[in-house]
Amino acid sequence: MIKFHDVYKNFGQLEVLKGINLSIDKGQVVTLIGPSGSGKSTILRCMNLLEVPTKGQVFIEGQEITAKKVDIQAIRKDIGMVFQHFNLFPHKTVMENMTYAPIKVKKKPKAEAEQKAMELLQLVGLTEKANEYPGKLSGGQKQRIAIARALAMEPKIMLFDEPTSALDPEMVKEVLEVIKNLAHTGITMALVTHEMGFAREVSDRICFIDDGQILEDASPDEFFSHPKTERAQSFLDKVL
Amino acid sequence: MNLDFSCVVKYWPFLYHGALLTLKMTAICAVLGFMLGVLLALLKLSKWKPLIWFGRFYTSVFRGTPLLVQLCIVHFGLPHLLGVTFTTEQSGILTFTLNSAAYISEIFRGGIQAVDKGQYEAAKSLGIGYGDMMKDIIVPQAVKHILPSLVNEAIALLKETSILSYIGAMELIKAADQITVLSYRFFEPYLTIALIYYVFVMLLSMVANRLERWVNRSDQVS
Repeated sequence: MIKFHDVYKNFGQLEVLKGINLSIDKGQVVTLIGPSGSGKSTILRCMNLLEVPTKGQVFIEGQEITAKKVDIQAIRKDIGMVFQHFNLFPHKTVMENMTYAPIKVKKKPKAEAEQKAMELLQLVGLTEKANEYPGKLSGGQKQRIAIARALAMEPKIMLFDEPTSALDPEMVKEVLEVIKNLAHTGITMALVTHEMGFAREVSDRICFIDDGQILEDASPDEFFSHPKTERAQSFLDKVL
Repeated sequence: MNLDFSCVVKYWPFLYHGALLTLKMTAICAVLGFMLGVLLALLKLSKWKPLIWFGRFYTSVFRGTPLLVQLCIVHFGLPHLLGVTFTTEQSGILTFTLNSAAYISEIFRGGIQAVDKGQYEAAKSLGIGYGDMMKDIIVPQAVKHILPSLVNEAIALLKETSILSYIGAMELIKAADQITVLSYRFFEPYLTIALIYYVFVMLLSMVANRLERWVNRSDQVS
């Protein structure tokens, strides 16, 4: 479903990714963990080309998205992304946030898009907020709406970039709960998080990233109980 | 001191038509200048160097020379060069639109750049194309922040239409001039048009306030 072949990314002089090889199968939930600045968010952002790799290839469902003349918009509409800072459109209501792209990009009739949005609002438990503006919502509510907005496009892949890092502690749980339920639906998911307990519970695989490289790629139990590298061990000692 | 406003009353039609022309020019040029200004701002924010250069050059020319000179070039110069003649209104519309577009484009550029990077990323991640993204997501948020500056620009435009009198358009100044010639009174006609300008600017400010409240409706916390 998602495949990285020897991906490098430089920001000016700084080499952030140093030869990433990664393959995520359909329906898998893969969590990228590692110290900040290790490049895990960059890997995630290469999956929908919010960052363009300097070198190497990225494939989505067998199609090379790093090739020239790729219709990246068409690929992005099948890949939902949830950001640390929610990035809801502040001038649009919750309903407009959720129906804009389905109507504009997927050419859905308005009524159908709104019905789908209401279903998703039910899923994240926020039906009563449909006509509010994002400014009136709490952080946790905003992030649940952001997840629902991404799901409204009926994506095949969902990317989560530190979805709970900007939240007050008491709101983390409600957001993780939504993501957890989603993970069980069989959608392909890649996420970056610092919530170790959550990562262990929800993931099929854990990739440990440090200094732009994938140092470990293992099942959660294996990784958390028996990390193979010293760097993973010392990281876990610090965060657990 | 003896004030006698009877001349103003007597020649009121001059002022009435002058005021109409002033308003008309302001409205047309504000709308056209706004549209051209947005376009120029997008040029300056594009990735293609020649477009950026053009946008910057355009702005530097129209900001770097007096409006009156631009008006003279358009009205007296261009006909000579191209063999087409413009009416005073056409020259006015052309000059004021081109001129205010330069200023508005700079205001817009700042406003667009001030929109959070995350908004672009969210729009892109939803598969929204560049045109729709700018039109429906980025520009509306930019407008919200720059509305006060745009109102300033509209007010400046309203008052600057007075230089149309230089090429003979019958706007407010010219109307007052006419009255002075006919009645030999100076203070009253000019005071009257000052008042008319002032009232127009106040009305514009009131409309702008309403507009500002409307675009900020999403910020209200109940």
